[in-house]
Amino acid sequence: MPSALPDGEPAPEDGSLPASALVGATSRPLAVYLHVPFCRVRCGYCDFNTYTPSELGDVGDTSMASYADQAVAEVRLARRVLGEAAREVRTVFVGGGTPTLLPPADLVAMLGAVRSELGLAPDAEVTTEANPDSVTRDGLARLREAGFTRISFGMQSAVPHVLATLDRTHDPARVPLAVEWARAAGFDEVSLDLIYGTPGESQADWETSLDAALASSPDHVSAYSLIVEPGTALARRVRRGELPVPDDDDLADKYLLADERLVAAGMEWYEVSNWARRPQSRCLHNLLYWRGADWWGVGPGAHSHVGGVRWWNVKHPAAYAARLAAGASPAHGREVLSDEDRHVERVLLELRLREGLPLVALSERERAGVPGVVARGLVLQEGDRLVLTREGRLLADGVVRELLAD
Amino acid sequence: MSLKSAPKPGQTDPSIIRNFCIIAHIDHGKSTLADRMLQLTGVVDERAARAQYLDRMDIERERGITIKSQAVRMPWTVPGGNEQGAEPGTYVLNMIDTPGHVDFTYEVSRSLEACEAAVLLVDAAQGIEAQTLANLYLAMGADLHIIPVLNKIDLPSANPEKYAAELAGLVGCEPEDVLQVSAKTGLGVEALLNEIVKQTPPPEGVADAPARALIFDSVYDTYRGVITYVRVVDGELTHRDRIKMMSTGATHELLELGVISPEQVKADKIGVGEVGYLITGVKDVRQSRVGDTVTTQHHGAEESLGGYKHPNPMVYAGLYPIDGDQFGDLREALEKLQLNDAALTYEPETSGALGFGFRCGFLGLLHMEITRDRLEREFDLDLISTAPNVVYEVQMEDGSEVVVTNPSEYPEGKIAEVREPVVKATILSPSDYIGTIMELCQQKRGSLQGMDYLSEDRVEMRYTLPMGEIVFDFFDQLKSRTKGYASLDYERSGEQAADLVKVDILLQGEPVDAFSAIVHREAAYGYGVMMAAKLKELIPRQQFEVPIQAAIGARVIARENIRAIRKDVLAKCYGGDISRKRKLLEKQKAGKKRMKNIGTVEVPPEAFVAALATSQPSTDKAGKK
Repeated sequence: MPSALPDGEPAPEDGSLPASALVGATSRPLAVYLHVPFCRVRCGYCDFNTYTPSELGDVGDTSMASYADQAVAEVRLARRVLGEAAREVRTVFVGGGTPTLLPPADLVAMLGAVRSELGLAPDAEVTTEANPDSVTRDGLARLREAGFTRISFGMQSAVPHVLATLDRTHDPARVPLAVEWARAAGFDEVSLDLIYGTPGESQADWETSLDAALASSPDHVSAYSLIVEPGTALARRVRRGELPVPDDDDLADKYLLADERLVAAGMEWYEVSNWARRPQSRCLHNLLYWRGADWWGVGPGAHSHVGGVRWWNVKHPAAYAARLAAGASPAHGREVLSDEDRHVERVLLELRLREGLPLVALSERERAGVPGVVARGLVLQEGDRLVLTREGRLLADGVVRELLAD
Repeated sequence: MSLKSAPKPGQTDPSIIRNFCIIAHIDHGKSTLADRMLQLTGVVDERAARAQYLDRMDIERERGITIKSQAVRMPWTVPGGNEQGAEPGTYVLNMIDTPGHVDFTYEVSRSLEACEAAVLLVDAAQGIEAQTLANLYLAMGADLHIIPVLNKIDLPSANPEKYAAELAGLVGCEPEDVLQVSAKTGLGVEALLNEIVKQTPPPEGVADAPARALIFDSVYDTYRGVITYVRVVDGELTHRDRIKMMSTGATHELLELGVISPEQVKADKIGVGEVGYLITGVKDVRQSRVGDTVTTQHHGAEESLGGYKHPNPMVYAGLYPIDGDQFGDLREALEKLQLNDAALTYEPETSGALGFGFRCGFLGLLHMEITRDRLEREFDLDLISTAPNVVYEVQMEDGSEVVVTNPSEYPEGKIAEVREPVVKATILSPSDYIGTIMELCQQKRGSLQGMDYLSEDRVEMRYTLPMGEIVFDFFDQLKSRTKGYASLDYERSGEQAADLVKVDILLQGEPVDAFSAIVHREAAYGYGVMMAAKLKELIPRQQFEVPIQAAIGARVIARENIRAIRKDVLAKCYGGDISRKRKLLEKQKAGKKRMKNIGTVEVPPEAFVAALATSQPSTDKAGKK
C-alpha cells in the first residue's frame, strides 16, 4: 500500500484557508504539482501514492480516462480558494505514478487548466516525469509544443539485474533512445533519476549506471539512495531475509562515486541528491519546495503548502473523484505550522542546498553549535551562509540535529 | 464445623492449638495444599476460594513464589475413630506461610520460630530441591517436628517409593511414615490435617507471665498502615494495651488486634500459643521488624525472645531512571517500597554515565529482581540497573580500610588486601552432572566441602564459593549445564582474601563508571573482552571513531573500535515528504535527549540495559522437569 498520510487536523470541506496563509501571498512564488496516480506495475521499493489497474478494479470513478477532468476541477478549486491570492505560476511539475501513462492530450489539458485558471509565467518551468517505457517520439513532441520545458526520466539503473530487483520493466537501452527523442522534440532540459544501493548492486554496477547516464549527456541528474520504506514489498523481502539490508558504508561509497563522476562530467551539486549542468538546469520546482514557497498539489494524496498551512488530499483516486464530483475540496487533513515548525523545516531543507543556510536563520543559541560542525569538516562557512561539505552532505541529518539540539 | 462455634481468640486453650508451616519448593504445590486446607476446614468455601489464596501480591502469583508470609487460623474437628488415631475433638490450626527463597532465609527462620511443626511438602515426581533442603535444615535446627508429605501422587510420573525413601533418609523416619497426598484432588488432605493434630506438639507458654510475642511478619497496607503478624509465646495481648517493641523500646497504641480467618477478624485479646495480627498505626515496617519481640508497655517483659537480627544487604546495584526527569519518581517509589520491605536500603548516588540514581542494597538477587520489577510495573518507571555486586573490604597499605559497595568507589593507591564475602552453597542435582558442576564451581573459585548421595542418582554437593561469583552468572550457568535439573541454595559464610582487581571500561578514553567491575585477576581479561565486544555491538556508530578499551588501572587489557558513521542523510526530500521529515527529526531529537553522554559519545539507554544484563536467576522455576 502507498505510504500513510501524516496526522493532522481535518481540513475544511470547502478547502478554505485561514486568512493568515494568504497574507502577503502575492509576493511569494507559486508552484503547482500535478499528481498522476497510475502505474502499469507497482515497483517493490515504491511507497508513493499510485495504483495499478488491478489495484483500482471497479471502485468508483477511477478510470484513467476521466482523471484529467478531475485534476482540472481541482485546479479550478485552487483558483477559488486562493481568490485574491491567486497569481501566475512559476513552475509546474507533473509527477506520479507514471504521468506518461496518460495520453499527452490529458497532460496538455491539465497544464492548460493551470494556464487558464491561474496563469503561467512566461519563463515558467514545466516538467513532467516520464517512464522510458511509456514515451513516444510523437508524444514528447506534443508535450514540448504544449509548453512543457523539462523532462525527467526514471532511469534508476542501467544494470538489468538491478532493474529487476527494483521491479523496473524497462529495457536499459530505452533510456538513451528516450533522451534522443526528447532532444529532437526540443527539450533543452533533460533529467535522469538514478537509484543506488539496491540489494545486489556492486560498486561496478553503480559505476556502469553512472557512465550510462552520463553517456546521454543529461542536463540534470537526481541520484537517490534506495530507502527501504516500511510497508513496501521490498521491506517485506528484506525482513524475510531474501534481500540484504542496504549497508550505509556501501551507500556512502556510492554517493561519493556519483559526486565524483558527475562533477567530472561538468555538473555541480545544488541539493544533496541533485546535480545540474548549468544554473538554469536546476529544478526550480524542487527548489521552491526547499525554500518554503507556496505550492498547490493537485491529485489524490498530493500535499500542498500555502503560507505555513500544509494540507494533503484524500489518498484513493475513487475518494478523490467523489469529493470533487460533490463540489467539495479533496483535502483530507492539514496542519498549521507553528513558528517553531517553520524554523525547523527551514533549517532542515535549506541546509541541504548548495546555496546554503543563511546564518541569520539560526537563533543565537543554535549558532553556538556552528564552530563544532565546521571544525569537524562537515560544514563550510561561506560568507554569511552555511554550506555542507561532501562529508557533511552524507551526514546532513546529523548536522541538522546538532544545530537544532535544544 | 461452623465458624461460629469455633474456639474464640483469647479463650483458646493452648492444648488445642497446633501451629505449623509448610516447607516446599516453588511449584511443589504448597499454595494448592493451603487452598485445600482452607476449604476442608470451612474457612473458605469452594466458590470463594481464589486460587492460591495465600499469595497476595500479583507479582508473586506470576512468579509462582511466596514472598511475604501470612498466617491463617483454621478450626478443625477430628472425628472419633479416625484412621490416624488423633484424639477426637475441636482444634485450632494456625497455618503459617513461609517465604520460599534463599534471599529470605532470615524471614523463613522467624516464621519457623512461630511454629511447632513443619509439613515438608515435596513433589512426588521431582524429589526435594536445594532450597527446600536448606529450609528443612533450618526447621530441624529450630527443633520443629517434621511431617514429611509427598504431593502430586496422582501424577503418572510420580515416584513415591523413591522419594519417600529420600525424605525418610533426610528426616530420620520410616518411608511408610511419609504421607501421600494430592492437593489438587484433595486425596489424603483430611488425613494430613488429622496427622497435624496428632503429631504437632501444642504450644507451651506461661499464661500469667508478662506478654511476649514474636513478630514473624510485617506488611504495609495502604489503608491500614503496618499490619504486624505475631505469635504469642507468654501472657496475652489485649486491644487496650499499649505495646512496646523490645529491640528499640518504641511504644505504640494498639488500634486493633485479631486473627486471620482468612480475612482479618477483630478480637479482644490473643493468648499463649495463638497467632494473630496487630495494627498500631505505624506507617513503616522498619518500626515493626520481623524477629522483634512485642510486649506491653506497662508490666512488660524484661527479656526479649532473642534471635532478632537486623537484615543486612548482601548485594548492591545502582538503579537509574532512563529518563533523568524520573529521579524524583524513583525516590518516591523506593520510599513506598521500603514501607513494606525492611531489608531494602537505598542511597542517592551519581554516575558520570547514568546521571542521578540510587545505590540499592538487597538481600540477594531475587530480592533485587523483584524490587526492580515492582518499580517498573507498579510505579511505571523505566530503569537501568547496574550489574549487581557484593560488598568488598579493601585494606590499604597505610592501614586504612574502605568498604566498597560500588565498583566505582574502589580505591586507587596501594592496596594491601581485598576481602570478599563467601557463601556456603548447596547444590542438589542428578548425579549425571557431578562432573560439569565441579568444573563450573572450580571455574568460579569454589572449593568442595562435601558430597552426599540423597538417593541412588541424586547428589547433594556442598561448596564454598565467593558470593561475587554467584551474583555474576553462576546460577544461569548451573541451570544451563544441568539442563535445569540442578537446584542451588546458599548462605553467607564469612569472607576471604582474594586477588581481585577493578576492570574499567573506557569509551574514547573516558571511563564509564557503570561498566566498572571488580573481578578476580584471572577473570579480568575475559570480562574486558566480553564487555568491549558487547558494547561494540550495542553502541550506534557516531560521527567519529570511538575506541572501546578495558583496562586495569592504566593497563589496557582489551580493545575494540566503533567505526565512524559515514552516512546519516535521507536522500530524498520532495514536497510531500516535508512534514514526515520534520516529524522524524523531532523524534530523533527526542531520542537524542534520552541519550546518555559519555564525553561526546551518545549511548542509548537500551545499550546500557543490554550491556548490564548479566544473567540473573529469576527464580528456581527453571528447575521444573
